[in-house]
Amino acid sequence: MTDAISTQQKPIPVTVLTGYLGAGKTTLLNRILSENHGKKYAVIVNEFGEIGIDNDLIVESDEEIYEMNNGCVCCTVRGDLIRVVEGLMRRPGRFDGIIVETTGLADPVPVAQTFFMDDDVRAKTELDAVVALVDAKHLPLRLKDSREAEDQIAFADVVLINKTDLVTAEELAQIEDIVRAINPSARVYKTNRSGVDLARVLDQGAFNLERALENDPHFLDHGHDDHVCGPDCDHDHHHHAHGDDHDHDHHHHDHGHDHHHHGAVSPIHDVTVQSVSLRGGEMIAERFFPWIQKITQTQGPNILRLKGIIAFKDDAERYVVQGVHMIVEGDHQRPWKDGEKHETRLVFIGRELDREKLEASFKACEAAA
Amino acid sequence: MPTVAPLDLDGHILAVEFLGDTPFFANANGTFHRLDGGEKVSEAHQGMLTCIRDPYSEGLISGGEDGKVLRIGADASVTEIASAPRKWISQLAAGPQGAIAYSYGKSAFVRLANGETKEFTEERTVEGLAFAPKGLRIAAARYNGVSLHWVSTAAKPIDLEWKGAHTGVTFSPDGNFLVTSMQENALHGWKLDIKPGTEARHMRMTGYPAKVKSLSWSAKGKWLASSGAPAAIVWPFQGKDGPMGKSPLELGTRANIMATAVKFHPAEDILAIGFIDGMILAVRLADNKEALIRRPGKGAITAMSWSKNGKLLAFASEAGDCGVVDISA
Repeated sequence: MTDAISTQQKPIPVTVLTGYLGAGKTTLLNRILSENHGKKYAVIVNEFGEIGIDNDLIVESDEEIYEMNNGCVCCTVRGDLIRVVEGLMRRPGRFDGIIVETTGLADPVPVAQTFFMDDDVRAKTELDAVVALVDAKHLPLRLKDSREAEDQIAFADVVLINKTDLVTAEELAQIEDIVRAINPSARVYKTNRSGVDLARVLDQGAFNLERALENDPHFLDHGHDDHVCGPDCDHDHHHHAHGDDHDHDHHHHDHGHDHHHHGAVSPIHDVTVQSVSLRGGEMIAERFFPWIQKITQTQGPNILRLKGIIAFKDDAERYVVQGVHMIVEGDHQRPWKDGEKHETRLVFIGRELDREKLEASFKACEAAA
Repeated sequence: MPTVAPLDLDGHILAVEFLGDTPFFANANGTFHRLDGGEKVSEAHQGMLTCIRDPYSEGLISGGEDGKVLRIGADASVTEIASAPRKWISQLAAGPQGAIAYSYGKSAFVRLANGETKEFTEERTVEGLAFAPKGLRIAAARYNGVSLHWVSTAAKPIDLEWKGAHTGVTFSPDGNFLVTSMQENALHGWKLDIKPGTEARHMRMTGYPAKVKSLSWSAKGKWLASSGAPAAIVWPFQGKDGPMGKSPLELGTRANIMATAVKFHPAEDILAIGFIDGMILAVRLADNKEALIRRPGKGAITAMSWSKNGKLLAFASEAGDCGVVDISA
């Protein structure tokens, strides 16, 4: 590239909204489009539906999934988004960001991967965050019905547990437990009528390696006071097929989550997504990179998201990684602060992950190993 | 170097075509700019997505974010051909007998000169349209191949299958070949003049570092030029088997600077190649002789067009810095 190319602009941020019909996506969209936050958004929807705002930047688009011809079953993108984004980006001065609303049953992965795998889209836009809306009243039913509801939560950076006024405090606590069990690294907010501060939804930089994980209170930190235990806290441990171990079994007996009894755990017996959190010391780069490559190449189809902060031996800077299925990318983020513990933390969210094997092979990358 | 008459416009210019001796520049904001004794501007769309030259008449056909399909006359007059409110019209083709094809979603539509419109539905989104050079026949590119429909009869379409997403389609001028551009960095071709019932003859044209977005057939159809590499990739179509088993020419090769637009001269085997940095080269196929037509500018070349006599080359850029070059000077 030469300096002559002045049309290279700052990438436009893209927010993906997922959630079942009735979870409150349209309400949230209408708020984003009508509230006075000084920004304009182009919105790509599956159908105009009930968006009550007259806005010529609302584009209807038919979901069109492309499988890539590279033999990778999880390498899917949304062909319709490629075309619509190309059209929108010819006149980028019209808006500050793009919002993609998916249908209730949509798989969020092809949407997200479009922003990594298509060179043209990637050159002009940047995936900002995947936001999942969850209907507090109906989530248990949804989880029983479908794998998509679980995928949407597992894949999200931000989860809004909406319609909290329709459930009791106990039910709400359970829902939050389920959400955190499926996705321990998401930021979770409880709302009515999608009434979340839009600053918690837009401009999150969740896929931006420089910003990701920086202000993430829940990222792999399960030891602090506001931690919500996984829903299988009072399960017998042989039920741990869904593997939400969290590295902290000692918590299980302290919390006394009585509300988990009386069959309340039944909805989550259908939960097949698990997370594996790994924690270690300084890593040897020559061991770590081949390891993460191999894991993502061989287990990519089972990995929905991965995020991590890596401490490399003899490296003054923090290294951050993130991934979607087989796509993994990483970069130095910032120098380690004085007194900051040089520690490596990684979380995998996915299905059929072999926790012990991951843990053992991860530990083998440690400098102390 | 030939003289360049610059035309600096505001916005992404997606197409340029000559009507008579007047170049028309199609702006993504919905307007047309033409150089007709000075710059003149006319409004057409609320956001323009595509604009093509009707090869059968002195007119342009354009589609927009406003769901409209318009015909633009040489006097810049605007005639509405079709309207699909709230749909984006990004695919068009102009065929014989005044037929115009457009698409949205999973449907292709052909509007005939008498005003009648025929709809052809696909299982997947229609991503590209082209009329065959002979007979009233429309090709619709879609996921996993191309559907060929006879417009006037109810005959079943011919499905040309090849796995993957096909995002554009073109017939060779003699109608013997059909070529698609794909989501992956490749072209795919089918030989059409085969005996009925025999196995499909495929042409895989791969090895591009980027997606192919611009294609141009040489005047006699012997060559197909393409963008998508730091050179124009030009496939030989002289033989009855097209480029099967043959290597393409690489013309105007530059180090890591991508070619973004290609356009063959209307009579000679000379190719204009536009690059991502705004530079334009003209290359003669016979001896590979290169001529610098325009130095790098502000943005990628999106389209080029030769005047009928081949003496003028008009070019459009995504940054709006357009112009017309007098090659004969």
